[in-house]
Amino acid sequence: MAMGKGNGAGKPIAVTGIGVITPLGQGVEENWKKLVAGTSGIHAITRFPTEGLRTTIAGSVDFLPLDHMSPPALSHALADTAAEEAMGQAGWLEEEDEFPGELFIAAPPLEHDWETRHHLCHTLAAGPTSPYTMEDATFRPNEDLTPAHRDFTFGHLAAVLARKYRTQGSPITLTTACASGASAIQLGVEAIRRGSHPAALAIGTDGSIQEEALIRFSLLSALSTKNDPPQSASKPFSKNRDGFVMAEGGAALVLEDPDLAKARGAKILAYVRGCGEAADTFHRTRSNPDGKAIVRSMQGAIDDAGIAPEDVTYINAHGTSTPENDKMEYQGIQNVFGAHAEKGLAVSSNKSMIGHTLTAAGAVEASFSVMTLVDETLPPTINYEVPDPNLPLDVVPNEARKASPDFALSNSFGFGGQNVSLVFAREAS
Amino acid sequence: MTGTGLLSPLGETVDDWWPKMGDPAAMAAAIDTQSYTPFPVYPVGEYDIDSQIPRPGDQRTMGPLMHYGCYAAGLALEAAGVKDNEELLLNTHMVVASGGGERDWELDHNILENLDKAEDRGVYLNEQLSNELRPTLFLAQLPNLFAGNISIVHKVAGSSRTFMGEEAAGVDSMRIAYEKILAGQGDLFLVGAAFNAARPDIIHMVHAGGYALNQPVGNLWDRPKDGVAFGSAGAFLVLEAREHAEARGAKPVAKLSGVLSGLSDRSEGAAAKLAGGQWAALSDQIHDRPLAVISGACGSGPITHEEEAFLTGIAESGQDLAVRGTGRAIGHSLESSFLANAVIAIGCLERRAIFPPLSPEAPIEARVETAEVDQVLVTGWGYLQGEGMALLEALDG
Repeated sequence: MAMGKGNGAGKPIAVTGIGVITPLGQGVEENWKKLVAGTSGIHAITRFPTEGLRTTIAGSVDFLPLDHMSPPALSHALADTAAEEAMGQAGWLEEEDEFPGELFIAAPPLEHDWETRHHLCHTLAAGPTSPYTMEDATFRPNEDLTPAHRDFTFGHLAAVLARKYRTQGSPITLTTACASGASAIQLGVEAIRRGSHPAALAIGTDGSIQEEALIRFSLLSALSTKNDPPQSASKPFSKNRDGFVMAEGGAALVLEDPDLAKARGAKILAYVRGCGEAADTFHRTRSNPDGKAIVRSMQGAIDDAGIAPEDVTYINAHGTSTPENDKMEYQGIQNVFGAHAEKGLAVSSNKSMIGHTLTAAGAVEASFSVMTLVDETLPPTINYEVPDPNLPLDVVPNEARKASPDFALSNSFGFGGQNVSLVFAREAS
Repeated sequence: MTGTGLLSPLGETVDDWWPKMGDPAAMAAAIDTQSYTPFPVYPVGEYDIDSQIPRPGDQRTMGPLMHYGCYAAGLALEAAGVKDNEELLLNTHMVVASGGGERDWELDHNILENLDKAEDRGVYLNEQLSNELRPTLFLAQLPNLFAGNISIVHKVAGSSRTFMGEEAAGVDSMRIAYEKILAGQGDLFLVGAAFNAARPDIIHMVHAGGYALNQPVGNLWDRPKDGVAFGSAGAFLVLEAREHAEARGAKPVAKLSGVLSGLSDRSEGAAAKLAGGQWAALSDQIHDRPLAVISGACGSGPITHEEEAFLTGIAESGQDLAVRGTGRAIGHSLESSFLANAVIAIGCLERRAIFPPLSPEAPIEARVETAEVDQVLVTGWGYLQGEGMALLEALDG
């Protein structure tokens, strides 16, 4: 039980391990190398037939060896791969003690894909009918059906990972749509700050690209339809941007009380210094035109970090490449940073190369924000050929740039009006 | 705790559900045995949706799951005196538990019936989904829109977090809000969940796993492994720092004195061992007289028997317990089970009493028929995983 140790507001939390897997590849090193080189991970979809679809490209992760390909299986593998790398880097895989922290995992709301549904309707009903009609309720449970049931439950993935990485207490699976990965980190930071536990494992994962998910986003007119060439489709902050590109990935961050990290002799990569969040009450898929929730989110993170907007010289943007998001994000930045937004502030979008890893994006981009500080390099916004004159930002166009920002602000905004911003820093103070 | 909202198979207010608890005829009337035969289901009855979700456009973009949640959230905000207070809502933080929303069954059914006949299954699927899926269905289906819709309809603007993961998600939503309030990481929280039991996909998949009750409901504590009968619910609570509530003149309905959650490995006795640790952490605060226990026992044989043995152990060791497994009366409402039981516990605190046994044939319930109640223990063990426990107290008790 949490005992009042104060709310720990503004207390810096150490990042001692990161792990990443995206369409660019597996592991932080390979990802960072390609990201800095401006490589795109977007390609034509081969996982399922795309005949008749308006969008036929994605940043799917197709290189992991899986016994059985399904969204739950892939999401699990992405989370586990990232967690193993992060926990290894932080030195927790060799520790004898259990990991002294909770698990917060941002995971997509997994559903059976159509292949599984089709398989089930044969298994359950021994014929081509729906498994969702009660006519077939005479089937008996058997061992073949256990995985179908297990994949249907949202808590399973977290429980398996909690046992594997020996985390404490009840693991939390969460979703705040496209801000989920950042929310997982925020929950971890808060738990350490209030003294519940001295560490936390925050994971974001999303391996849910299948025909129905793609079509659903397509029906909301959210996706780019510039399928050819795939690498050029995601163009955040460009005038001719026309939607985001779905992608898959996983990322994990090991968060620790700096005292614990120092006592273990663990290397501290960076610090989380501030978290901000705000809910927009305007619309299910659009931000309030006043942009207030985005402003509150960024301002909240900056205030929590105890710094001034001028101290921030780099923003890892949400930058989805949708007409709406990039406009609203620019307005928010303009509002918070004023004249500083036009001079001295670089804003780049990893999504230009990776696409939008949805539930995982906040954690993926947090990891790259840490790498930006560690490697003193700003990753570029690629495909920036036609700047949008209404969004006059330094987007680090097309090529990475050497720079040594003290802080990186990472933005994540989601459908349903959920906004989270995180401030990462090189130093604890 | 300054406000509650409940939508349940036995009604909304304490006056609605209290007289039905333990009344065999009223409890039987809450069960739908026809729609999903052989699986009994406890649906919610009629409710005045317009009173909390007035705009037809808002109603249309949600399915029943989100309706239940949005409705119960409105009740809780209203009860706490927070509803329509823009300044308070700007600082109200939402932590909710949700599963996925409803699919378009008719479309799913049509596709599956025709999929095998299609010349090219992939092409057929793309065509059907592209042409037949309602664009807004996605928004009725994403779990985070459960909270998103509450933000939009009730203007809750502080923050919004949605936990997934069956029963434990409900427990953890309350735990995280409680821990944050204790630590000063926020003063005002809206915690809640909802569940729609009348869904063939859920019943079927839980049956596939071997857990769905497929015979008439009976003693909750004496069912086979496939013993879970689901019930629909929407359950919300406003949790607030005491000073914050006092400063704005809100009248608290109960005090939350502890909420704990854990993950045992579910080997035999593991859940009871974990719960034993939770009990040890809370028992110092517990008075000697018989303690009311509102149990979220799911009904699935092995784990429910383990909880029964655990509670019997406490009851026979000097701390007598008045245990009521609400699954018998309102069904098991998964994500919202723990929170619905917390609302019921608050009803007991308000009445200073416990309602009659719900499964009178069970020794664990029959041992204490009436008791004066100023403390209630709420337990919630998931049918697959997760163990939760909370202690609620009357304010001047």
